[in-house]
Amino acid sequence: MLDRIRSPWLSFLLSKAGELLLALCVLVLLTFLLVQLVPGDPARVAAGVDASVADVEAVRIRLGLDQPVLAQLWSYVTGLLSGDFGTSFRTGQDVSTIIGVRLPFTVSIAFLAIGVTLVVAIALGLTVAGLTRGNRNRWLDVSFSWLTAGFQTLPTYVVGALLVVVFSVTLGLLPAAGANSPESYVLPTIALALAPICSVSRVVRREAANVLEQDYMRTARGWRISLAKQYAVYALPNLLASTLTLSGLVLASMLGGAVIVESVFAWPGLGNGVVEAIIERDYPVIRGIILVLGLIAALLNIVIDIVLATIDPRTLRSGKASS
Amino acid sequence: MTVLTAPAAPAAPAAAGTRRRLHPILLSGIILMSLLILVAIIAPIFLSDAAEKLTSDTRLGPSAQHPLGTDEFGRDLLARALVATRLTLILTAFASAMSVLIGVAIGTAVWIAPVRVRKFVLSINAVAVAFPSLVLALVIAAILGAGAWTAAVAIGLAGIPAFVRLTANMAAPVMGRDYVTTARLLRVPKALVVVRHVIPNIGEPLLVLSASNFAVTLVELSGLSFIGLGTQSPDFDFGKLLNDGLASIYAQPTQILGPSIMLVLTGLAAMLIGDGLAASSNPRTRRGAGKATRTGTLRRSTLKTATPIAPAMEGAAVSVRNLTIQSASGLKLVTDLSFDVAGGEIVGLVGESGSGKSLTAMALAGLVPEGVIATADRLDVVGHDMLGTVTAGSLARDIALVYQDPISTFNPALRLDTQLTEIARSHLGLSKKAARTALAERFEQLRITNPERRGRQHPHELSGGMLQRAMIASSLLAKAKLLVADEPTTALDVTVQAEVLKQFVQASRDLNASVLFISHDLGVVEALCDRVLVMYRGQIVEELTREQLRSRTVEHPYTKTLLKAAEYVEGVR
Amino acid sequence: MSATVPTTTHAASIAASTILEVENLEVVFGSGPHRTRALKGISLSLAEGSSLGIVGESGSGKSTLAKVLVGINPITSGRVVVGGQELVVGRQQLALDRSLIQMIPQDPYSSLSPRRTAGQAIAEAIEPRRAHVAGHRAQILEWLDRVELPAASIDKFPYEFSGGQRQRIAIARALCVRPRVVIADEITSALDVSVQAEVLELLAQLRVELNLSMLFISHNLAVVRHVSDRVAVLNHGEIVEDGDVEQVFTNPAAEYTRSLLDSVPGAPGFDIGT
Repeated sequence: MLDRIRSPWLSFLLSKAGELLLALCVLVLLTFLLVQLVPGDPARVAAGVDASVADVEAVRIRLGLDQPVLAQLWSYVTGLLSGDFGTSFRTGQDVSTIIGVRLPFTVSIAFLAIGVTLVVAIALGLTVAGLTRGNRNRWLDVSFSWLTAGFQTLPTYVVGALLVVVFSVTLGLLPAAGANSPESYVLPTIALALAPICSVSRVVRREAANVLEQDYMRTARGWRISLAKQYAVYALPNLLASTLTLSGLVLASMLGGAVIVESVFAWPGLGNGVVEAIIERDYPVIRGIILVLGLIAALLNIVIDIVLATIDPRTLRSGKASS
Repeated sequence: MTVLTAPAAPAAPAAAGTRRRLHPILLSGIILMSLLILVAIIAPIFLSDAAEKLTSDTRLGPSAQHPLGTDEFGRDLLARALVATRLTLILTAFASAMSVLIGVAIGTAVWIAPVRVRKFVLSINAVAVAFPSLVLALVIAAILGAGAWTAAVAIGLAGIPAFVRLTANMAAPVMGRDYVTTARLLRVPKALVVVRHVIPNIGEPLLVLSASNFAVTLVELSGLSFIGLGTQSPDFDFGKLLNDGLASIYAQPTQILGPSIMLVLTGLAAMLIGDGLAASSNPRTRRGAGKATRTGTLRRSTLKTATPIAPAMEGAAVSVRNLTIQSASGLKLVTDLSFDVAGGEIVGLVGESGSGKSLTAMALAGLVPEGVIATADRLDVVGHDMLGTVTAGSLARDIALVYQDPISTFNPALRLDTQLTEIARSHLGLSKKAARTALAERFEQLRITNPERRGRQHPHELSGGMLQRAMIASSLLAKAKLLVADEPTTALDVTVQAEVLKQFVQASRDLNASVLFISHDLGVVEALCDRVLVMYRGQIVEELTREQLRSRTVEHPYTKTLLKAAEYVEGVR
Repeated sequence: MSATVPTTTHAASIAASTILEVENLEVVFGSGPHRTRALKGISLSLAEGSSLGIVGESGSGKSTLAKVLVGINPITSGRVVVGGQELVVGRQQLALDRSLIQMIPQDPYSSLSPRRTAGQAIAEAIEPRRAHVAGHRAQILEWLDRVELPAASIDKFPYEFSGGQRQRIAIARALCVRPRVVIADEITSALDVSVQAEVLELLAQLRVELNLSMLFISHNLAVVRHVSDRVAVLNHGEIVEDGDVEQVFTNPAAEYTRSLLDSVPGAPGFDIGT
């Protein structure tokens, strides 16, 4: 069907919309199945170990688990469409309210960290690539490999905790927890961005070397333009295209990292929300947050695909940034 | 949280049979991992007591007896960190193996299945990949409950989609190769085709990815433990120890050191193995060869020759004496080449692969590839002494290059007019608008259709023949004095070739430029060139005029063989 | 473009045993605005033991034709009969007996799997399921000898061979199945000139030795002239001319054929202004 549309951008955007729709359907189904898949009796698990039979039955009715499966699915879907995500099991609050309150915190920290990652990683990767061309500065090559590999494996929460110890406790410069001031964004962002910076800068460095070896760079060299112009105008767009393709996944996965960071810094976002809900078996909250997180992830990927299509018009035809 | 990225396409496999010397990065990774495995095996045997028995020596600081101190139950912290290695490695290996094996199995299975099934599975998989794997693991852990092994299963399952996608993507180009098509034609069952042909050819990059996946799984597993969903007391792995350590961070800061260091070392070992495998399979990082943005060396020869250097031909546009080109390892690629090109003359450089004809042309243009050394007694090219200092600007104007493969010669990300007017704008001082108009005029001159629109298009929107003509248009714009063309029509259809050659002749006449035309096609050269230089293994074996070539008055045996083959294959009469 | 030029040789060849017959073959790819008619109702036939050259430039549809004949590309409409078996319309089909028709691929750098030796490549053709060299060593060596490669080649990997040598292995692999029809799809285009001549001579020799019926696809007119008895000229999915090879080349009827011949450097009609 998409073949009939002539404008490449239109069919591209339509296929992206299709992807979003598919992601939505899968997410809805998955979050629905969440409760069904709990081994044993979900109502009992939710009610707790020392609940009486009557309590368990009450929970069962509240969760709608006494209905046939398809009816449950129907009410779930219709509920979502009307904005009703259910009510929290523990607090009785509307899940949509909980999400509404927590969402901005998660989104702000995740997107800030993504921006910082891109800027720092590209600058770092390019610099190292430029300085180590043709086996120059071997020491830089090796130490870059070691350092990035090392910091990449340092878990976010360890980094976060260490940052807290150094900057909050010892030096007293930055707040240790909470999201009360602009300064409180600093440490969580660093903790969240550190490993992705390492990983993306490695990709940038490798891709820069790749791009510089292409035939079209040889052509640019033949035109005898300045080195700076060669890098900035001729190499960079291609570099950005391939880097985005390869690191798209890393950037999108920073949403998962945000969950951990929120735990370390007592950040009032969705991540903390979902962890608490999991520990407390608060299924409606778990469902709602997972759904929203998944949606944000899908949107992020689509945004990356669109940016890629703007930089590299060839992807319009293939429609996705496959790595 | 860190994610796998597919490495660059694998190079041809290293010589089976010759020893592959272990890359130092790979070696260090293997040594480190072996040490860790040793610790995993030995530590629980000797240090269990120290790690688990409750004593009254609680919260001691570092000392000779307890290098990292003790925790609030009096257990030695170093011992705990070391003993935890076993459980951590086992859990990580299990989860990692699950992701890799199941992911690869599905990723290859989709290529055995019919097209619709494949597309369906892969689009569902794309949704799963987009979802942060850590959150996916959390969900699975939420369903299965907390515990070391359920956490491992959760992470293992959550890692499958990434491997499905990577495997399917890596298998895609292989499925298109001729040897796979042929295997199908020979009626090899589809499943066998995948196992026998696809998997071995994606094996190396898969191995690299598995190594990085190990490191990623390690971190994610400890992440789950940190949140409390992983290993439960009294068992302990690195993640659990980190959790304990963080809880006591103010009371006893050293508690976190042990597991942190062990975690980093383990992850580092895995990544080094991965990096090392990638580096040793890519010949580029071994030898650093390839077309580079920096130039190789081009300098005056220091050899003293017994015979005096022959003077240049009267009014020669190009004069070359004793050009020798060597690779970095000393292998002579071109030996003592001497020739002249008159102004307005079209000279052909003919040879087969390995003859050195392309290198010679590049040296003339001052674009010796990196790692290659060119020396000569004289290299005068349209008024520039290439062995001395050259002005980049005038050189770019005076020498125009046309390469063989038009698709890769152009920058895919930029519009045509941006690229092709580069010389005009940078070195001729034309404004953007003036340059674009001038380019469109040249396009028209070369009979490129839609000359105004073409400039705004990207290279992939044009055919090969049009791209080559666009390249020639650029040289017209710059008013070049020498056109160096390296097999410009080899990749084109015969009818298109004829057109492009016509444009070539026309362009050189309009500019009164000399042309150095490199080709392996004697027929083209005979029709096009005033003079022909035949090259074999880096030397000029014969020089012929058009008449001599036409009348077949050749002397050198190689030229005779070449002509004979050309007559057979090209119908040159 | 000129309409299909009718010839008498098409009918005449049907008299001899026809091993390959194509009637009004139409192959269409894609749909909507991207719909392309790769082959627009072409007809040709191949007599047993003879060699038919298919000449065309890029986009002519010659590769599509090859793939249809071996069953990789589906037929949109028309009739294709290979060795008495008619191909089904509309889907990919490799169910045909493999000894009916085989193809030698074009690119010497992807015609062989980099991780399998020459011996293994040929063994796979002899016995697709198990493909063990050990059980068929004598036969493999015989074929290596036939394509003029040394016996030691049996254990060597593709990277140890030159482009021409790889194509020889590819030829051995296709022919050891003893196909009744073999399609050579531009098998020498990627090779150096002197090597091309050698490989083509080998092919001509084998053709006689094994009494092959061959479809030789190329963009190179001179080569086709050496290797084929008859030739069909393809342009944008249509056969513009079809007949005896000498006749077509010395006295082409179609204008496209004429311009093709005139584009060959060295031809009398070749004029680029020098």
